Amino acid sequence: MLWPSLVRALLGKPLTDPAPAIPDATVQALALRLDQAAQTRLGRSLSIREVDCGSCNGCELEVNALANPAYDMERFGLKFVASPRHADVLLVTGPLTHNMREALQRAWDCTPEPKWLVAAGDCAVDGGVFKGSYAIAGGIGEALPVDLVIPGCPPTPTQLLEGLLALLEAQAR
Amino acid sequence: MSGADAIRSGRPQGCRPHQRYLLEPGQWRALVVALRDDRALELLSLWAEPGFVHAAFHQPNEGVLLASLAVPERSYPALSPVRAGAVRFERMVRDLWGHQAEGAVDLRPWLDHGRWGLAAPMSPRPPAVITPPPQPEFLPVEGEGVHSIPVGPIHAGVIEPGHFRFHVQGETVVRLEARLGYLHKGTLGLMLGKSPRLAARFAARLSGDSTVAHSWAFASAAENAVGLAVPARAVLLRAVAAELERLHNHLNDIGFVCNDASFAWLHARCGLLREGVLRAAAQGFGHRLMMDLVVPGGVARDLAPGGAEAIRAALATVVAELPGLVKVYDGHASLQDRVVATGHLMPELAARFAVGGHVGRASGRGFDSRKLPGYAPYNTMAFTVPVLEAGDVDARVRIRIAEVQQSAALVESLLARLLPGEVKLDFPQAGGEGVGLVEAFRGDALHWVQLDDGGLIRAVFMRDQSWLQWPLLEAAIEGNIVADFPLCNKSFNCSYSGVDL
Ligand code: SF4
Repeated sequence: MLWPSLVRALLGKPLTDPAPAIPDATVQALALRLDQAAQTRLGRSLSIREVDCGSCNGCELEVNALANPAYDMERFGLKFVASPRHADVLLVTGPLTHNMREALQRAWDCTPEPKWLVAAGDCAVDGGVFKGSYAIAGGIGEALPVDLVIPGCPPTPTQLLEGLLALLEAQAR
Repeated sequence: MSGADAIRSGRPQGCRPHQRYLLEPGQWRALVVALRDDRALELLSLWAEPGFVHAAFHQPNEGVLLASLAVPERSYPALSPVRAGAVRFERMVRDLWGHQAEGAVDLRPWLDHGRWGLAAPMSPRPPAVITPPPQPEFLPVEGEGVHSIPVGPIHAGVIEPGHFRFHVQGETVVRLEARLGYLHKGTLGLMLGKSPRLAARFAARLSGDSTVAHSWAFASAAENAVGLAVPARAVLLRAVAAELERLHNHLNDIGFVCNDASFAWLHARCGLLREGVLRAAAQGFGHRLMMDLVVPGGVARDLAPGGAEAIRAALATVVAELPGLVKVYDGHASLQDRVVATGHLMPELAARFAVGGHVGRASGRGFDSRKLPGYAPYNTMAFTVPVLEAGDVDARVRIRIAEVQQSAALVESLLARLLPGEVKLDFPQAGGEGVGLVEAFRGDALHWVQLDDGGLIRAVFMRDQSWLQWPLLEAAIEGNIVADFPLCNKSFNCSYSGVDL
């Protein structure tokens, strides 16, 4: 039976962590990148399309964890969407393999303006441990303009959340 | 002649603990003939190095055997006509080393999408390629009203990239073909010429969800090569980490299967339990996924003070809550309707592909490398391997549930056996050749490494279980409706990165 559990959940304490602090310097730097028109259009929510460009899948595990009840990203207005056409943000992981480059470019091209590009994980920053391989470009910045990097191998859900909240905050200023 | 005898007719090469035999061309052909009649000998892996191809086999109740052939002309008699599991390995060997499998079932490229700017990147002198990338070819499908649905490489969910070509008739899938390779990072090439210590971080990043198991398999291959015995405390800590990894992945996948049947509550509960396990892992080992913990020679960090208590507490929560969750899973017809009889994998196919892990065990193949061939510390621990015959999504979920419970019990007794002591030895600079076989949450991970006299890596291969599971996912989805694909896919949860190398 499900309903006793639901009642317990309703009466119990919340399972969700408090919101992390947002680094002010990051917010200011991001606000500078976004013009006034974009700020009003994006509002206080972000639709995120995740694109794996060669990750070992460690980054995906932590990105997915953002949606679990402990981090509950939707309470901040952050949500994953199924298509880049519905997205404000491409959250990109991996060292950018040559085999994914065209797919990433196409996803970026069909993301409507205004849009952000976030590179998450050490691989996405500069290739990480895979630097120097014949099969990779060596970081997302090799192909597209990156607005925010979230380093870590993989970045923890808290670090990811801090970065995404900084984006939200930048829009509100 | 049995397949195993055909292999043992070759010259032993001193690989430890499983011998590798170098066959003459005639002996390799005899092996192919023997494999046609001898169904018992299972193909575990096929790979190469410049000048050679290697294959790993498993003879039930006997163990693992390796066979090699020199390929001065860069071609060898294919194994795929007699072992269906060899198909993708042969395509990968051609793409990376340029060795052609004569008489192969499938000659299409696999990892090489024509975008590296060179061909056969693992060969001594890879030729440059300047032609534009070719269009991929898919197997033809005929019939009235058949149409195709191309999906990916970028999928709707937060998952790894790969292309799926569904051929459907109405709602029913008549054929699914996966095209992978999008994640190819050149991992094997980066490991060459490095010491096992330095190369371990690539093994840890072959497939992030199995980072502990792959680090362990790699470390064990390197340790076997040089004959290094790891301190007892390190062995126990490795097993604690490996069981935590099994637990968090199974919890994740049980939740996601329910989510794909739109049962969000179970997904949320499993997500929370898993989060608890990850936080305990971070407290105990300093990293949520325990990456770079297992290194050749032992473990990089000892268990932090308070770590054992944190792990015990997280597991106690899992053990307390799981039966209630299983009751909800059992008690909802809407959920059962989606998982029972969906994505059926026939036991004959599971046996033919020698598939391991929950996929094999849900379809009657009880192989678990912790039991057989067995390795420390599991060879001194009592546990049973759950096996079911049903072969559907439900059976794979139930195997995972049983394994969650069992892993929790294993961690408990591993922690109880911990005695103070060192956890890491210096890794000697010596040559040798070794195999490491470790049970990841998906099934056995098989690593092979050859070190030169200076102790640097001369040749290496890391085989994730997904090599054997991907083709079976294609078989399991046949005759199901397209909408059930996510369920089937999650119940397998094959690694993309693990096979894209
Ligand atoms: S940053 Fe680390 S966890 Fe993320 S994809 Fe790269 S290797 Fe994996």
